[in-house]
Amino acid sequence: MSEQDDKPQSEAVPSPPTEEASSARVPEDKNTAGRPKFTGKNAIELKDVKKSFDGKEFVLNGIDLQIPRGQITVIIGYSGTGKSVLLKHILGLVTPTSGSIKVQGQELTEMTEAQRTQLRQGYGMLFQYSALFDDMTALENVMFPLKEHRRGQMKKSEMQEVAKARLKDAGLDPKHFNKLPSEMSGGMRKRVGLARALALDPEILIYDEPTTGLDPVLTEMVDNLIVSTHNARKGSTSVVVSHDLYAAFRIADHVAMLDSGRVLLYGTPEDFLNSEIDLVKRFVAKGVRKELTPKEGEEPLRSTE
Amino acid sequence: MSYASRRAKFNEKFDEIFSSIFGTLAGFVVATGSLMRFAIQSIRSVFTKPFRWDEIISHMEFVGNKSVVIIVLSGSFTGLALAMQIYLGFKLVNMTALVGPTVGLGVLRELGPVLTGLIVSARAGGAMAARLGTMRVTEQIDALEVMGVDPVQYLVSPRIIATVLVMPLLTGIFDFVAMAGCWVICIFLFGIDQASFWDRTTMWLKPYHLYEGLFKAALFGLFFAVICTERGYKTKGGAEGVGNATNEGVVTSMVMIIVLDFFITNLINVFYRFQKYFMS
Ligand SMILES: Nc1ncnc2c1ncn2[C@@H]1O[C@H](COP(=O)(O)OP(=O)(O)O)[C@@H](O)[C@H]1O
Ligand SMILES: [Mg+2]
Repeated sequence: MSEQDDKPQSEAVPSPPTEEASSARVPEDKNTAGRPKFTGKNAIELKDVKKSFDGKEFVLNGIDLQIPRGQITVIIGYSGTGKSVLLKHILGLVTPTSGSIKVQGQELTEMTEAQRTQLRQGYGMLFQYSALFDDMTALENVMFPLKEHRRGQMKKSEMQEVAKARLKDAGLDPKHFNKLPSEMSGGMRKRVGLARALALDPEILIYDEPTTGLDPVLTEMVDNLIVSTHNARKGSTSVVVSHDLYAAFRIADHVAMLDSGRVLLYGTPEDFLNSEIDLVKRFVAKGVRKELTPKEGEEPLRSTE
Repeated sequence: MSYASRRAKFNEKFDEIFSSIFGTLAGFVVATGSLMRFAIQSIRSVFTKPFRWDEIISHMEFVGNKSVVIIVLSGSFTGLALAMQIYLGFKLVNMTALVGPTVGLGVLRELGPVLTGLIVSARAGGAMAARLGTMRVTEQIDALEVMGVDPVQYLVSPRIIATVLVMPLLTGIFDFVAMAGCWVICIFLFGIDQASFWDRTTMWLKPYHLYEGLFKAALFGLFFAVICTERGYKTKGGAEGVGNATNEGVVTSMVMIIVLDFFITNLINVFYRFQKYFMS
């Protein structure tokens, strides 16, 4: 199913308006227009990032992480280990209590809000619960980023075409295009959220648990879509937060495992398979069953250090 | 009990009371400060591109059009009740022709803007807090930020502007129907002479009484829109948080409207006095 799904996508992506708009915004070196040429190895660098919301408990407790440019990095870890919080730091939505976050060589913590807003236009994000605008239909949701950032460059009918193409790529049946999020299932909302994240052809794609709650067929479809989207945009960087170790191994160039607010292990999927760290070994063993969440009555997999 | 131990106990109690008063005060100052910052930020972003006319119009429709029925109902009954009460008093001194201007002054300067403010803040203000709160807890506001759209500029500013524009209109409607109610009662129930009713009313009511009320209405609109959107925008934690935000927003708005009314009325009176001083 996914193989066939990918075909119409690769035809739909180079629809003239999108191609034009994205090449206008993203120059050859894949940097946001107007910024000095960035040739660094890492798209995102975090150094000793700590975050506490209440001043007592640290959700992030010294994260060191390099996310290489042009590759897919998967971040894994249990629920509540701060994966979503980490993503919000990368997006500049949350300021760290201490530490440094560099995106394409620029220190995020020293930017003004206006600079951060500018930077975020190069991001595409799929939220864990899709975060669709609930007063807009599926089509309007996908058109929204285009309306905001392609004003004057694209006609409304062109925006609609692009949005429809994106929705089809994400596997949404055209009969659902004019439905409100409240009339859609969780899986359908995910597809719309994905289409919306891809609307502007972003350089850095961020997925927060894109496959959580989807059935295995959809999971594979979404995973394939992540990879094909990544490959279609040379030099783009993808960051995927996942529960699903099996998928992580399938799509990742690098995997980082979070535990207790730190990076427990960072490496290639092979590094994970060969790891001697006890928790990682148990993780990998669980990964064969695809699900990392401890089942009811099972001893939870927790760092014992 | 020795003096020393009583003294120590008193000190302890005193510290406790003092620190609780201070804490409340400090909390109030901090909350007011952050509200002010929010207000300034949202008013400033009204003047940044892109201008969101569509949003402003649709929120005007929401705040205004959908409040008209409630305003007409409460306005007309306010006029009826007020005319009745005031008639009872003025009948004692045989000055029933003054019921019209008295109701008029009361409605135009006070009741019109205050009651409209209370009604609309409960309806539209509550809805704003609930809407923004829901968008916050379902990460829709985060999604806007990630898309490089300023959520304050997109969500908050149009609501505030729409409210400030619509509140005087609604107050105007309230004033009109209240006066109509008063007229109906005076003419048809109490049999006051048409000519003397109009004569007295136009003699005492001046356009600036109306403008004063409309100005107040716009100001109340500004206040409750800022308070309610701020509560909603800064909602924390799930569906419960949305309920709390709505509740807090509406209650704070209503109290603020009544408290502010007193100070604004005084300021306006001072303004009149200075105006006379400059003119003479
Ligand atoms: N805005 C916030 N304020 C306070 N605590 C938060 C906030 N956001 C997240 N947290 C806490 O941080 C921890 C990690 O949350 P999260 O990053 O969502 O976990 P996950 O790894 O499942 O995505 C949780 O305990 C959560 O309660
Ligand atoms: Mg999460």
